[in-house]
Amino acid sequence: MTKIEAIIRTSKLDEVKDALHEIGIEGMTVLEVRGHGRQKGHTEFYRGQEYTVDLIPKTKLELVLSDALADKAVHAIMNAARTGKIGDGKIFLSRVDDVIRIRNEERGEGAL
Amino acid sequence: MAKTWVMGVTICLALCLTVASHHLAAQAVSGTGSAASQPADSQNDRIARLEQQVADAKGSADNAWMLSSAALVLMMTGPGLALFYGGLVRKKNVLATMMQSFAMMALVTVVWAVVGYSLSFGSGNSFIGGLHNVFLRGVGASPDADYAATIPAQTFMIYQLMFAIITPALITGAFAERMKFSAMAVFMVLWSLLVYSPMAHMVWGKGGLLNASLGGRYPTLDFAGGTVVHVTSGVSALVCALYLGKRIGYPKAPMPPHSVVLSFIGACLLWVGWFGFNAGSALSAGSLATSAFVATHFGAAAAVIGWCAAEWLRNGKPSALGAISGAVAGLVAITPAAGFVGPMAALAIGLAAGVVCYLMVAKVKSRFGYDDTLDAFGVHGAGGTIGALLTGVFASSAVNPIFKDAKGAVLPSGVIEGNGHQLLNQLVGVAIAWVLAIVVTLIILKVVDVVIGLRVSEDHEIQGLDLSQHGEEGYYWEVSA
Repeated sequence: MTKIEAIIRTSKLDEVKDALHEIGIEGMTVLEVRGHGRQKGHTEFYRGQEYTVDLIPKTKLELVLSDALADKAVHAIMNAARTGKIGDGKIFLSRVDDVIRIRNEERGEGAL
Repeated sequence: MAKTWVMGVTICLALCLTVASHHLAAQAVSGTGSAASQPADSQNDRIARLEQQVADAKGSADNAWMLSSAALVLMMTGPGLALFYGGLVRKKNVLATMMQSFAMMALVTVVWAVVGYSLSFGSGNSFIGGLHNVFLRGVGASPDADYAATIPAQTFMIYQLMFAIITPALITGAFAERMKFSAMAVFMVLWSLLVYSPMAHMVWGKGGLLNASLGGRYPTLDFAGGTVVHVTSGVSALVCALYLGKRIGYPKAPMPPHSVVLSFIGACLLWVGWFGFNAGSALSAGSLATSAFVATHFGAAAAVIGWCAAEWLRNGKPSALGAISGAVAGLVAITPAAGFVGPMAALAIGLAAGVVCYLMVAKVKSRFGYDDTLDAFGVHGAGGTIGALLTGVFASSAVNPIFKDAKGAVLPSGVIEGNGHQLLNQLVGVAIAWVLAIVVTLIILKVVDVVIGLRVSEDHEIQGLDLSQHGEEGYYWEVSA
């Protein structure tokens, strides 16, 4: 099983969600996050005092999928979230050892 | 078509006239009847009675406006200033900041009832009122003709109280996010008695040194409190900011306002409340109130444009916080002038205040590095000073014939009208307000610092004043749905 953590532009969330639904993915966790990579922040002025805001609001999706589906999901996210400009975000993949459904203690891919 | 219409109107008019004349005739008959039953009721008595009724009607009208104005001015402190300041601080200090303004509504009220009013408006010497009116003795339904001849003295008292409340509340902006609540409360009670009352007495009290209409030696024009309210609070604010020192992390750590939205609502309430502050200062509901109302609005509008333009040129964008700060700066500056200047002068004063106050908070503050947290000095100290001085320039005897010679002929008011000396009087008034504010504030701070301690501990400051001073949070984070 693979865990996908995708950090995307907040404005792209709906498109990414639709693209994932289209390939049959039903569950996901969405978080509002702040951070920065190579995209520079912006400056804000409050009564002439300058503040540099380098932690930019982004949206993070977390999904755990079977390996077969994970590959399709990565492509769906990439295509939906891409604008071609700096700041489109990143996708992190990692192995997941086990999954447990709390309701009935079911384990493994069946619990996804 | 047109002919029918005209005919219709004529018939209507004729009908009205018939009904009206019939009604009048009936009244005349009943009038004679009552006169016959009371033969002693001479024409002179009736005229006297009528005059009394006219005076009562005027009194009622004035009282209605003054009570409304008093309520408007209270609204400036809560929620106006509480929201304006509350939005500008960090999330962890929002309640403590609002509480500082709100506490004035309770503390100053009690102080005012016991002795504050008497020290401000009771008969006394040139500098401070006496103790004749302690516990509001003699302040009842009958007017005090020296101050306002048509409204109950109690109305005048409660109206003036609202000014005494907001003035110390303005200072809280300078030491926001780092002062102990206990120390703040004691400081403000002392400040209200030792700075506000003397200044109010000097400018507005009977026989006050600076009183322009009740025989002051240096008649200073201050319609609604440019020196009494804004210079005293603004300058004391600077002293507080310097004495308490900077917040931990200032100016390196970013400390942007946690909600400009709250501040926005607060500023709009301040603008509306200011009509009670300035137009109410006419102490009657006549044309002078209208003139002050208009000047107030125009001053605020021009200052928004002044501040935004300066900001736009310097930073490339006009900000919402800039626009509302500009409005407050303009309202501050027009306060002493409101009942003395015409609409065009109000625009000029507002524009000047908008630009100057912007430079004060954006350039001067960072240049000298003091942490006047919410710019109480930059806006109220600077705006009040400019306003007080420009009042001496623009004051017009056509708007308000305040100065008269022995025969009652109207004398010129401001510099533009040819009374060059007035600018000097304004300078004296401003200088006294500055010196009084600096010296007495310093002494009070020193005393409170020794007895209680002014600043919260470092831990408490980092934790935030909401939790450390009040044991609660403005925005409680609820985990369960």
